Amino acid sequence: MNSKNNNINSIIEINNLNKWYGDFQALNNINLSVKEGEIIVVCGPSGSGKSTLIRCVNFLEKFQEGEILVDGTQLTDDANKIREVRSEVSMVFQHFNLFPHLSILDNLTLAPIWVHNETKAQSREKALKLLDRVGIRDQAEKYPNQLSGGQQQRVAIARALCTNPKIMLFDEPTSALDPEMISEVLDVMVELAKEGMTMICVTHEMGFARKVADRIIFMDYGQIIEENSPEAFFNNPESDRLRLFLDQILTK
Amino acid sequence: MATYEQNSPKKPPITQIGVVRWLRHNLFSSWINTALTLLAVYMLYIVLPPLLDWMIISANFNFGTVDILGYKIEFSEVMATNDNCGRAAACWPYIYEKIYMFTYGFYPREESWRPDIVFWLTFGLFVAIKLVSNYKHKNLVILVLLVLYPIASFVLISGGSFGLVLVETHQWGGLMLTLVIASVGIAVSFPIGVLLALGRQSELKAINFISTIFIEFIRAVPLITILFMASFVLPLFFTESMDFDKLLRALIGIALFQAAYFAEVIRGGLQAIPKGQYEAADALGLNYFKKNALIILPQALKISIPNIVGSSISLFKDTTLVLIIGLMDMLAMVNMTSNDPYWLGRETEGFVFVTMVMWVILYTMSSYSKKLEKRFNTEHTN
Amino acid sequence: MKQIKSIFSLLNNNELRGYLFQAIALLAIVLLSYIAIDNLFINIEARSIHTGFSFLDNRAGFDINESIIYYTPESSNLRVFYVGLLNTIVVAIVGIFFATIIGLLIGIARLSNNYLISKLAGGYIELFRNIPILLQILFWYNLSLIIFPHPRKSFEFFDAIFINRRGFYVPKPIAEDGFLFVVVALIIAIIGVIAMKKHFKKKHEKTGIYTSTFLYSTLLIIGLPALVYFIMGAPLHLDYPALKGFNFKGGMVFSPEFTALAFALSVYTATYIAEAIRSGIEAVDKGQKEAAAAIGLTQVQSLKLVVLPQALRVAIPPTINQYLNLTKNSSLATAIGYPELMSAFGGTVLNQVGQAVEILGMTMLVYLVISLIISLVLNLVNKKMSIKGK
Repeated sequence: MNSKNNNINSIIEINNLNKWYGDFQALNNINLSVKEGEIIVVCGPSGSGKSTLIRCVNFLEKFQEGEILVDGTQLTDDANKIREVRSEVSMVFQHFNLFPHLSILDNLTLAPIWVHNETKAQSREKALKLLDRVGIRDQAEKYPNQLSGGQQQRVAIARALCTNPKIMLFDEPTSALDPEMISEVLDVMVELAKEGMTMICVTHEMGFARKVADRIIFMDYGQIIEENSPEAFFNNPESDRLRLFLDQILTK
Repeated sequence: MATYEQNSPKKPPITQIGVVRWLRHNLFSSWINTALTLLAVYMLYIVLPPLLDWMIISANFNFGTVDILGYKIEFSEVMATNDNCGRAAACWPYIYEKIYMFTYGFYPREESWRPDIVFWLTFGLFVAIKLVSNYKHKNLVILVLLVLYPIASFVLISGGSFGLVLVETHQWGGLMLTLVIASVGIAVSFPIGVLLALGRQSELKAINFISTIFIEFIRAVPLITILFMASFVLPLFFTESMDFDKLLRALIGIALFQAAYFAEVIRGGLQAIPKGQYEAADALGLNYFKKNALIILPQALKISIPNIVGSSISLFKDTTLVLIIGLMDMLAMVNMTSNDPYWLGRETEGFVFVTMVMWVILYTMSSYSKKLEKRFNTEHTN
Repeated sequence: MKQIKSIFSLLNNNELRGYLFQAIALLAIVLLSYIAIDNLFINIEARSIHTGFSFLDNRAGFDINESIIYYTPESSNLRVFYVGLLNTIVVAIVGIFFATIIGLLIGIARLSNNYLISKLAGGYIELFRNIPILLQILFWYNLSLIIFPHPRKSFEFFDAIFINRRGFYVPKPIAEDGFLFVVVALIIAIIGVIAMKKHFKKKHEKTGIYTSTFLYSTLLIIGLPALVYFIMGAPLHLDYPALKGFNFKGGMVFSPEFTALAFALSVYTATYIAEAIRSGIEAVDKGQKEAAAAIGLTQVQSLKLVVLPQALRVAIPPTINQYLNLTKNSSLATAIGYPELMSAFGGTVLNQVGQAVEILGMTMLVYLVISLIISLVLNLVNKKMSIKGK
């Protein structure tokens, strides 16, 4: 297989990525190319490196070997380049990470005001529109701890959208939610996918994957083991490990 | 659309492993860090060598011949005197000669076996607490021990009964006195603290008010003012005939003071108990006394144990204040012993010695407290 | 029969029981107080102790060598009270100032990823927290008496600062005519900075353009007073301490007692403040820093907008508590003779006059008031900073 994919339409290019934590190799020779508008779902057993992988894309994790290009910009230690990349890539965390000392509205307008130099009025307007879009405009003046988990995660998605990102990374967005709140968050994510956002999602929600994913990637021991379209992925798993994994999670 | 060859893990680049990595990462990871490391090394360089030199390297250890548990160890031919002990470094023979006073104060030497028993009892108490940690009724056992220990210590040290010679309190001093004050202080203040905490939680307005006023007043003023009050004013409240023992006044002051602080700690525990516990106890028909003794207090006290230990450590530190009202605790012994015309001017050695002893005791207590806290945090996670 | 039964059933009524219990308790307290106070007066008469506050007008008859306000042995006992109170406030403010700075440094150092610095900070905390404060005060005082040399052989710095057995000598700034204008200029500068910040904040909200006011603020606060200072012909001169014979004359002096007390209080209290700051910073979830980074904030912005607001909410209440503790601990000056409230009034005056009830009562009242003020401040701070929903 080609280890370098020089597709000029790719908005994310990861080439020969290797990452170590001390002696332990967390990512082993990762090669991945993502086109604009693609929905990629990454799954695998815990410890397989899937979170580490997407956290490398916005440089929350550093890597020792290989290269990552986001929309043409190469990710290096350069603080300016990193900030450039982070204004185009937004992330939604497993534990929401909303700022508890700020109101919902302030949570959303923080980045636009302080990073993108928008005016207060502009950012408020946009924030309210986004809150509307995720269905919780009436909570705008409340504080994060006054909202339920599902509501908080939807706010987190709205916050991520406030910076007009080209790419959105989701790190197990529903894993910390009570079951009855998972669908409200997944619905928002499906909407985003339909509107053409480039998304990389680490998730166990296979229903979601089947519905919207363009490609599903299976990782184990820091490597990409298998990569396929949803039908092929679920109906014709090629590797043993994937078969084992699907058996485990689909019988649940 | 693809399956990939499986690679075996590779070795990370050299800068990632071993001692080199550790040094780079922890001490030299950036210019600032490197500068800080050098600064730290420099600070250690100015402080440690002179300190070690004064305390150990150039210090005088000429104790003469010392008898330890039957073995005679010869440190030097003859014990040093104040003149040939030197001023540039520590003169430890001074401590060696005065160690009886630092430990027992003015306690008569023939009776010193009695405080010795108390010292062993103290040690034994901690060992016993450790031993019963797996025993089912351990809380009851610990409670009984904690009540018996101060009483036994007091009887042993003061005497006057059980055939023991009476030793008046003005002869008590040194580390022994510190232990007596701390243990009696804790033992007496704790039940008062429980009562105050319950009083502050009470629905009876008057009781609540009185308890709150008392607690807030005591916590607002320095301990030294309470001790002065106990020393000068307390005797005036009693009839002329009662001759108020100096130590007793100090103990009352310390007990009342510590009771207020324990009360707040226990109140925290009481408030941490879910309301449902109170309701269940009421539903079972338990009266106030039974409800608290059987259901509420055991839980509240258990939750508060780490903070109770912390507060007791503070009490131990506070016992040093009795020096100011004229009691001869270990700290007071420093000036007392260095006023001896033969060993004039050796306060520094005295202070350093007392500092080391106190630090060891307090550090042990606080390490134990940290361990307790860790155990409690892991026990209570859902 | 029925009446007796109904009385008994009344006794079982919880509410009535409550009142009865309280009534008995109050009665007991009143009775005990009565007996105690009765004894008090009997004893006072028997020992010919005076009562009342007239002693406050009497001549104090002893000297106090450090005082902010004018004092001589001819001054009244009441003046001793004021001198002591002011000295308490002075040592408390100095102690709080240095304790905060040291505590901040040590607290941050404790969290450093530099192994040495972090361990050293931890060692500092473990060392000074486990030695009683009284012992520390006595130790540093004793050390200063031994190490600090005779005035003729003082340690000297820049020919202006001298340290010796008699104390810590620094130049004393003496204001001349025209210095008032410099002070006024400073006040104007501060108002100007506040106004400027407001203005730029509005601009940032309206146009999205952010201008850092740090440089301008610093320039204004330093520059304007400096300018006025030079225009007015430098109306401030320093009275340098100078060795005349066996002692220093001129300048300002901090006695060894003050220095030892302030030093010990700062070093000791700093350990608690360091722990408060460390727990504040650690209380901020790791995810907060990641989220802040992920939305593109710089390190400085992340600190200012996300981390510090949350860290301070946790760190400030215990720190304010420590300020109160430091003020209370200053009363230990009694042991080394620094003439603050407890030592001068509750100590020397008490020994001379003997009216313990009145004197200790006044002293305790002062600490009560200080405590109350700090509690009120704490409550206000807590209210303002509370995180809603928690």
